[in-house]
Amino acid sequence: MTIWDQILSALRAAVPAAAPLLYGTLGEVTAERSGVVNLGMEGMMLMGAVVAFAVTQATGNVWLALLAAALIGALMGLIHAFATISLRVNQVVAGLALTMIGTGISGIMGKRFIGMPPRVQLKPVPIPILSDIPVIGPILFNHDVLVYIALLMVPLMWFLFYKTRWGVSLRSVGEDPATADAMGVNVFRVRYLAVTFGGLMAGIGGAYLPIVYTPAWIEGMTAGAGWIVIALTIFSMWDPARALLGAYLFGGVRILQYRLQKLGVSPPLLNTLPFVFTILVLLISAGETMRKRLGAPAALMKPYAREER
Amino acid sequence: MAEPSLAVEMRGIVKRFPGVLANDHVNLAVRTGEVHALLGENGAGKTTLMNILYGIYHPDEGEIFVKGKHVRIHSPSDAIRLGIGMVHQQFRLVPSHTVAENVVLGLPRPFFFPERAARQKLREFAQKYGLEVDPDARIWQLSAGEQQRVEIVKALYRGADILILDEPTSMLTPQEIRELMATVRRMAAEGKTVIFITHKLDEVFAASDRVTVLRQGKVVATLETSQTDKRELARLMVGRDVLFRLEKKPVTLGPTVLEVKNLHVRGDRGQMAVKGVSFHIAAGEILGIAGVAGNGQRELAEALAGLRPAVKGHVFLKGKDVTNQPPRVLARSGVCYVPAERPVGTVPNLSVAENLVLKAYDQSPFCNGIFLDPEAIANHADRLIAEYGVATPSRETPLKLLSGGNIQRAILARETSCAPSLLIAVHPTSGLDVGATEYIRQTLLAQREQGTAVLLVSEDLEEILQLSDRIAVMYGGEIMGILPAEQADLETIGLMMAGIHREVA
Ligand SMILES: Nc1ncnc2c1ncn2[C@@H]1O[C@H](COP(=O)(O)OP(=O)(O)OP(=O)(O)O)[C@@H](O)[C@H]1O
Ligand SMILES: [Mg+2]
Repeated sequence: MTIWDQILSALRAAVPAAAPLLYGTLGEVTAERSGVVNLGMEGMMLMGAVVAFAVTQATGNVWLALLAAALIGALMGLIHAFATISLRVNQVVAGLALTMIGTGISGIMGKRFIGMPPRVQLKPVPIPILSDIPVIGPILFNHDVLVYIALLMVPLMWFLFYKTRWGVSLRSVGEDPATADAMGVNVFRVRYLAVTFGGLMAGIGGAYLPIVYTPAWIEGMTAGAGWIVIALTIFSMWDPARALLGAYLFGGVRILQYRLQKLGVSPPLLNTLPFVFTILVLLISAGETMRKRLGAPAALMKPYAREER
Repeated sequence: MAEPSLAVEMRGIVKRFPGVLANDHVNLAVRTGEVHALLGENGAGKTTLMNILYGIYHPDEGEIFVKGKHVRIHSPSDAIRLGIGMVHQQFRLVPSHTVAENVVLGLPRPFFFPERAARQKLREFAQKYGLEVDPDARIWQLSAGEQQRVEIVKALYRGADILILDEPTSMLTPQEIRELMATVRRMAAEGKTVIFITHKLDEVFAASDRVTVLRQGKVVATLETSQTDKRELARLMVGRDVLFRLEKKPVTLGPTVLEVKNLHVRGDRGQMAVKGVSFHIAAGEILGIAGVAGNGQRELAEALAGLRPAVKGHVFLKGKDVTNQPPRVLARSGVCYVPAERPVGTVPNLSVAENLVLKAYDQSPFCNGIFLDPEAIANHADRLIAEYGVATPSRETPLKLLSGGNIQRAILARETSCAPSLLIAVHPTSGLDVGATEYIRQTLLAQREQGTAVLLVSEDLEEILQLSDRIAVMYGGEIMGILPAEQADLETIGLMMAGIHREVA
């Protein structure tokens, strides 16, 4: 293979590598825009992964598997919402607890799947005409359906955020819940929906790993993706379009990791690569946030109660 | 004669908060199409009562009738549905969003951002009520007066015909206040009902048809505005006769305490906010700084308190150069600071007692080695609470639960109880009722008599003229001129506030 081919194939491989990160980031961006941090992402992604694998093995139907993963993610999101919004538990503590629970349960549930290939698997569906475009075609338009859905969600969510009353309500609740409440927005409902949706996206992102990407069940197979998602949310400045950029950047890092491994660089060292990158990216975006005076949603991590001062 | 129809009737409303009875069997009747003033001191329960009407608080007892119908209001959306709109004391606007986004926030439809319809309606309100706003501006870019217009427009956009304004003038300039009063009258003329919360007597007479006076959670009277006067209302509100004239004793000036030379300070956005300001204040003198908000007064005060670096120039305290010394050092050398924004300068979640020793908790007698002395702190707190008349359920109550006027009394108690040599007070009485205002002004005068140099920054010209020995006017970051109080009148100061230079006295 020539260098050019190498680059092309790396660029192509980065797209599916980014998909789970993109699902997770879009979910976390939504939750945080409503004012709730969800550090349970890693646990939710793992639960999505193991449930998707289990349902695939039981039914042989990937779509049912995805649905089940989305539901388990949403359920965990709902638990996080209940804990942080209704019970007003500290968001960091509740999220960390969910990650621990998700890691533990997925490990136990997945024991019997270790070493099994999935019964079915999503196959790439080249898009006619578009996939024939040179260079871009094979990179972008020859993937499985979940990649396409992730890509389509970016403009869709951007539109929802900035052009609809849902978006205005969501952003206002995260910036200034007292104001949103005074204007008749149901702060609790918006937050519940946003956090539950965040969990649902984490479930789908997790499911992508064992039934498409790897494809097999490996314990702890998210390998920190749930944490990278948290960093990407900050990097994206809570904007779906920048989430896309960030996810693909990290998809690229993943691929770089594999390629360098083939060249004989020590794997443990390479495993630190995404996290080194995470720190770099956070440093860069911290500078940028400061310059543009764009910060986190102002009410992030602040529970809301009407009668409180 | 038939009873005029009532837009709102509240009967026997009771609301308790931990340690306070905020509303005690309140009855309020507001007629359709009138401007009804709700008058009361800080902490009288005005905001609480209106928050109940707007569905933010739930009453412990009592009934509400809107347009003759018995209603239960569980949330602001219920209130909005009944045609009630409220402009809160602290504006409820999302600072990072545009005017248009704020206006349509929470509307049930349409689903897509109603760009065109919003603009159309905003133009209509601009014409009908003189409520001019730019739909694309972001809230943080607007002045307080403009933000207020957005608030009113927001309520009207939802079809409110009963409008509650909670202390709408506390952040406005005199001119903006006049405009607001005109808008209020116009809305009433169009058949809207306006409930206007205030503690300023002038505003009651400028805008209202009737007035209800609240004192300590109880209604003391409802009167026709035309049949009462300032003196009567003040007595009803405070529960005693109020002095409208302060006694300013002649004081022999001491040595110069503060000398500022060619000071330059940057503002929040990096622009030069104070551009080469020079002045001095002697012991026993009050220097008033007048000017429209945003002309560098706040930055100047913060620089003198050590909270903002000076980029050029010098500050001398009793002859010593203290330019860019940290706040702690300045505080130790006798500089006391009463900031403009109420929560600044306090730790809202700490108790009243703890807030009162915030400046000296690490010194004897409040502290021995590394241990605090709770008894000394408690005694100190009890003494100041009594001396400064801070109304609080107890010294252990978190400071944030007090009303605005009482928080201000507490700050003032802390800042003036240590015999300062320089007292910097920024808008010390803004948002306070006549009783508290009178008290705070007297405290400032008492400080002056004790030989403190006082720097008073205020937008209230009345206050500046009453208290100051000399008056400086700031405009665009510069001092337009410094006048002795005897030579100053509203006319001259007004011109200087608009940027016209004067000789320095
Ligand atoms: N959410 C709350 N929690 C606890 N106490 C409260 C709360 N809201 C109000 N209070 C108390 O109820 C009393 C009435 O307060 P309220 O804000 O209604 O006064 P106000 O008349 O609006 O005064 P101001 O002129 O200072 O705005 C005060 O003693 C206040 O400390
Ligand atoms: Mg109030």
